[in-house]
Amino acid sequence: MSDHQGEFDKATGKTTTGHSWDGIKELNTPLPRWWVMTFYLTIIWSIGYWVVYPSWPLAQGYATGVMGYSSRADVAVDLANLEKIRGGKLAALGATPLADIQKDPALLALARARGRVVFGDNCAPCHGTGAAGAKGFPNLNDDDWLWGGSLEQIVKTIQFGARSGHAETREGAMLAFGRDGILKKPEIETVANYVRSLSGLSTAKGYDASAGQKLFADNCASCHGDAGKGNPDMGAPNLTDNIWLYGSDEATIVETITNGRNGVMPAWIGRLDPATIKALTIYVHSLGGGQ
Amino acid sequence: MTKPVAPEEFDYGPLYAAQKKVYPQKVSGRYRNVKWGLMAVCLGIYYLLPFVRWNRGPGAPDQAVLVDLPNSRFYFFFIELWPQEVYFFTGLLILAALTLFLMNAVGGRVWCGYLCPQTVWTDLFFAVERLIEGDRRERMKKEAEGLTLQRVVELTMKHSIWLLIAWWTGGAWVLYFNDAPTLVRELVTFQAPALAYIWIAILTATTYILAGWMREQVCLYMCPWPRIQAALTDEWALNVTYKTDRGEQRTSLKKANELRARGQPAGDCIDCYQCVNVCPVGIDIRNGLQMDCIQCGLCIDACDGVMSKIGRPTRLIGYDTDINIARRKAGKSEIYRIIRPRTIVYAGLIAVVGAVMLYALLTRSLLDINVLHDRNPVAVRLSDGSIRNAYTVRLLNKRGAGRVVTLDVNGPANATVHVIGMDAASSGRPEIVLGRDQTTELRVLVTAPAAGNSEKSIPLVMRVIDAAHGDMASAIDHFVAP
Repeated sequence: MSDHQGEFDKATGKTTTGHSWDGIKELNTPLPRWWVMTFYLTIIWSIGYWVVYPSWPLAQGYATGVMGYSSRADVAVDLANLEKIRGGKLAALGATPLADIQKDPALLALARARGRVVFGDNCAPCHGTGAAGAKGFPNLNDDDWLWGGSLEQIVKTIQFGARSGHAETREGAMLAFGRDGILKKPEIETVANYVRSLSGLSTAKGYDASAGQKLFADNCASCHGDAGKGNPDMGAPNLTDNIWLYGSDEATIVETITNGRNGVMPAWIGRLDPATIKALTIYVHSLGGGQ
Repeated sequence: MTKPVAPEEFDYGPLYAAQKKVYPQKVSGRYRNVKWGLMAVCLGIYYLLPFVRWNRGPGAPDQAVLVDLPNSRFYFFFIELWPQEVYFFTGLLILAALTLFLMNAVGGRVWCGYLCPQTVWTDLFFAVERLIEGDRRERMKKEAEGLTLQRVVELTMKHSIWLLIAWWTGGAWVLYFNDAPTLVRELVTFQAPALAYIWIAILTATTYILAGWMREQVCLYMCPWPRIQAALTDEWALNVTYKTDRGEQRTSLKKANELRARGQPAGDCIDCYQCVNVCPVGIDIRNGLQMDCIQCGLCIDACDGVMSKIGRPTRLIGYDTDINIARRKAGKSEIYRIIRPRTIVYAGLIAVVGAVMLYALLTRSLLDINVLHDRNPVAVRLSDGSIRNAYTVRLLNKRGAGRVVTLDVNGPANATVHVIGMDAASSGRPEIVLGRDQTTELRVLVTAPAAGNSEKSIPLVMRVIDAAHGDMASAIDHFVAP
């Protein structure tokens, strides 16, 4: 259409572009000069930008720009500054023994504040935001602990986890007595009723208490103890109290004995720094159940 | 019958009025002196107050008036307020509004004419202008002549001094938010935080623009008070008034004398325009009460000067009411009603609000307790079947010194109380050390046996007691079963 010549439009006093579609012509209304100049300036500006800042991908890496700027380096600087700001306090936390942190109100407040945040970021997905736990995930507010509730025991659990695969992990297994054919179904039902009786729960009609006691002594007592009080060294829960990680009804206990239970908690030692793990320990301990 | 005019045909006049430059003339007299005096007092307070010291004991700032934002405290001489007590400021604002109404009911726009920062600073800027460029006539002449070397020098000087005053205004502002002597030292050595410089720059700009350039435009177009004031005033309020009963008809002094000699009426006003020339907002008071008038009384001074020169009684313009004008015209005596229901109600309200605030201030508790029940989990069942609830307790010690308090919990039967971080042995009625002028957060565990506490929710009262100082505060919460 470029061969069309623009013509003068009487009504507007402007020329047309020479384009014509179905007899409709277009007035020539160019962009304002300042606008066009600004547009060209931005193009020139962008060339300067390519030179100064990282821009083009290359076969190996990318053009870094003459200033060597990197937003990743900015983040590193920001994080370093943050550590600097926190440094004094966190260092004090790292240098103080756990028991002494609890005696110092300022350090205790700091550890609890830091612990609460870290707990929300790392622990809450399993234990819940308020550490109330869920089926299979212990409530950390109560006084029942699989691996012990003293500061030293809690810090060890956080550091190395339970059945986490770490060399120093907390290890202990609840065997799948039914699935692996160690106990038959009626035996499992009998011992399940015996376990219920340990914490004063009702038992099924016609249940043989002495058979249950014998089965318990033969199969369970090695971990849970003769009286069923549990053993924190093996993560064997106390079966005589009111707290049940998976549930206290007969069906659930039968399921537990049949298939075993081996909950996993990851090790945090490489992922959280020592001071943060200390803060987390103090926080969990202060939820109420700490021993 | 006249045809109604459609709104679009009605002539509202131009909706935009360009600023007319005002060249107020120098004047002296009683109201000018009052204005000088009030300006000195207002500016003196504003610029010097941050440097006044007030001893609050060790560890506390010793600045008499200080807004301590980082520590969220407000200090005013013997008063120290916490963010929770911001209602005192509400009371202060109510008092300020009522005082403004009372001033208005008694003497019209006293605030606008004498006390408003816009008036005070504009007045100061006028004074600087007059000092450098000369009085009204000279200024107008110089402006008409255009730029000469002398004019450039004068303008530079004027704006420099204006900017200096404006900068000082911003400088004083930031001193209310920091320890003044320290901040002055930091500002001079460029060690002060960037925020201080930014605020100084903002206030320098606003002062320079509002007092140097916008002046009466602020009162006319930006300030809501002239409009509100018009709705709040009544016929008894004293206003700067041109007394038409004495002034009309206006004519020259010579003609007026001739008229009087012939026994014909003549006004005292000789149309000398002194009242117009001295007016800082550039109006003619003889047109009657008008919204533009800030009632500064300078026209009274100007007119009094003329009246004494021509041997007529002064106060042709003065604080008066239209009622008195009408009464004098009718040959009756003047009446003034300063004390009337409106002023009595305003004064009464001021007294009531003031008394309530004073009472609240004097009986303000220096010890407080806030309790927040754990929401997740609400309650915890322990291995022996007992129930535990956890609370975040915040103790507020507003005293200027530390103290030891005991925490007393009254709730479920046979409950034990444990504060995290304290020995279990101290349970029961734990003793807590509170630092001076700060809050202390505690995690408090309340454990109760299930037996005897069968209700789903049991009321629980936590009390913090300072026996040594006779202070006590309490908060109500609940003990909940899972």
